[in-house]
Amino acid sequence: MIDIGLGHYLTLGAVIFTIGVIGIFLNRKNIIVILMSIELILLAVNINLVSFSIYLDDITGQVFTLFILTVAAAEAAIGLAIIVVYYRNSGTIRVEEIDKLKG
Amino acid sequence: MEISIIALPLLASIISGFFGKLIGDRNSEIVTSLLVTISAILSAFVLYEVIFNQYQNNIRIATWMNSGSLEVNWSMKIDSLSAIMLVVVTSVSSLVHIYSIGYMSHDPHKPRFMAYLSLFTFAMLMLVTADNFIQLFFGWEGVGLCSYFLIGFWFKKDTANAAAIKAFVVNRVGDFGFALGIFLIFYLFGTVNYSEVFELIPTIIDDKITFLGIKINSIDLICLLLFIGAMGKSAQILLHTWLPDAMEGPTPVSALIHAATMVTAGVFLVVRCSPIYEYSELALNIITIIGMSTAFFAATVALVQTDIKKIIAYSTCSQLGYMFFATGVGAYNVAMFHLFTHAFFKALLFLGSGSVIHAFKDEQNINNMGGVWKKLPYTYCLMIIGTLALTGFPFLSGFYSKDAIIEFAYLRGNTTGYYAAGIGILTAFITSIYSWRLMFKTFHGDYNNKKIKIEETHESPPVMLIPLVLLSVGAIFAGYTFKGLFIDVNGINNFWQEAIFFLKPLSSEHPPFWFLILTPILVILSIPIAYYLFVKNKNLPEQIANVNKPLYQFLINKWYFDELYNVLFIKSSKRVGLFLWKIFDVKIIDGFGPDGISSLIKRCSLKANKFQSGYIYQYAFIMLLGFSALLTFLIVK
Repeated sequence: MIDIGLGHYLTLGAVIFTIGVIGIFLNRKNIIVILMSIELILLAVNINLVSFSIYLDDITGQVFTLFILTVAAAEAAIGLAIIVVYYRNSGTIRVEEIDKLKG
Repeated sequence: MEISIIALPLLASIISGFFGKLIGDRNSEIVTSLLVTISAILSAFVLYEVIFNQYQNNIRIATWMNSGSLEVNWSMKIDSLSAIMLVVVTSVSSLVHIYSIGYMSHDPHKPRFMAYLSLFTFAMLMLVTADNFIQLFFGWEGVGLCSYFLIGFWFKKDTANAAAIKAFVVNRVGDFGFALGIFLIFYLFGTVNYSEVFELIPTIIDDKITFLGIKINSIDLICLLLFIGAMGKSAQILLHTWLPDAMEGPTPVSALIHAATMVTAGVFLVVRCSPIYEYSELALNIITIIGMSTAFFAATVALVQTDIKKIIAYSTCSQLGYMFFATGVGAYNVAMFHLFTHAFFKALLFLGSGSVIHAFKDEQNINNMGGVWKKLPYTYCLMIIGTLALTGFPFLSGFYSKDAIIEFAYLRGNTTGYYAAGIGILTAFITSIYSWRLMFKTFHGDYNNKKIKIEETHESPPVMLIPLVLLSVGAIFAGYTFKGLFIDVNGINNFWQEAIFFLKPLSSEHPPFWFLILTPILVILSIPIAYYLFVKNKNLPEQIANVNKPLYQFLINKWYFDELYNVLFIKSSKRVGLFLWKIFDVKIIDGFGPDGISSLIKRCSLKANKFQSGYIYQYAFIMLLGFSALLTFLIVK
């Protein structure tokens, strides 16, 4: 039986974080996927916080995690709302077609 | 009171120039004429004081510049010389103002015209009353500027604009020499005030200075540089080309600026600087030579010209030559005398020719005139008076002044003096011929104008004739009345006092009798000769012209001065200008300067805006890269 320690948790966090980041720029289709990737990044951070909290025996990290979860929920709601409004205005949420910032 | 002589024309010019629209054409004409006339009356009063009470004054109006040892004041120097000039300028100017009311009656820009005339009068008065070289230069440039404005007054005429620019540019050449002369004076003496400079002149008689690699006596150099300025302003040979072209301006302008006042500024300058010129034999000889060449050259050209105003313009040029060789032989007072009388009869001739042009509805070619002396009786009589005075017909004003010049040239007793006297007599004869040619072709013979019928020519209104009458009084009596004052030996001591400096007193002898009567006889003889040539036997002049074709061509092309300058200066400077514009300015300065930098930035930003793809995921990726790079840097450090 392997003893699951801090290293494993951090590796998990790093893997999830990397998946999130890669998800952002490999994805060319759907903006909702980008939103989901951002959620993944946030979750990776949360895992890090919780594991350090336990490792250092300090409750602050877990309290922080709760706050982040709350903010993430709000962010997801706002993000989805923006996407809905954007879809209404331009009729698409395909990532390749969202290039209004092009100079 | 003295200051108001200067201030009134300025005031008139401001009122008419800035508020002309407000007060209307008629009012601005009245205001300017009235103020300048008041100024003329005041200057007559000043001259009276100067003559009878030996009044002299140097009024400081204000400090202009005060920097280190340079101290320049706005001031008004009143002595016999400036008093004479005050009277000449303001009286001719006021008459021209009044005349312009009639002459410019069909012009839509009357207030502007009157404002320029008054402004010119102001600048000319600043010039003649200066007590230092800087104020003189201010007036000098002021009159040049007004001359430019007035030559180009009919700005819709291309030729007028070209003539205005030509006058301005040619005068710049002279002014460059003049400015160098002033710099040299300040360099040598540390002051520009007349009285101080003139006092210090004898201390540098043997002083030498290197100029353009030539070692030359400082006084000679000052005199020559100042004289270059005088040549430009007074249209002496080599720098004369602008004066005939300046006739593109309205005729009152030609009378005021290009005959009576501004062009005599050069003579005034030399006379004013007589304490300097007296010490420079070289400069005086050069002035004599330039003066007599101009007198002769301009007279020969005037013989064949056909434009009535150009004939009179060349005549002015020629008379200015007389004034210069009078100063060159040291007879400054005689030069001033001729300046004084010339102002009257030349203004009279110009205004008279304006009256003729007016009668013929803007026709200036004398070949298209003729036979109208009965239709224009007043103009005819007045022009006759002007012509008689100009040619030096006995007992009119030109007789006294011109003959005095020739006599003094003879009495100078050196080679240049004799030459000048000879040329003077010859020129007087030519002057007489071309003046009568103008009169006969204009007023006698057959009527030659095809555009308007003889019945339609009409005499000018009284507002134009009255100034002519007043000027003709001057042209008849100025010589006789003021002869004693200007040129008598006692007159020198009493009247001129300090204003003119004579190193050695003028000769008080008299030339032989045959010499004295030679010029008047030639002048009187020329009248029947001219009558025969230009009225009786009209084919003869043509035959003479045909036989001497090259000479005729030479004269009618004004000795090819314009063509020569065109080849020598204008073409080459145009080429240099074109090179500087097309190659130096456009390709080098603009290429590496503004245009180069802007195109570089444009190219860079074209590259840079490739980064702005607009895709969020790319931005995020770049952000991530940057963040990792920063982190790596921090860790490694």
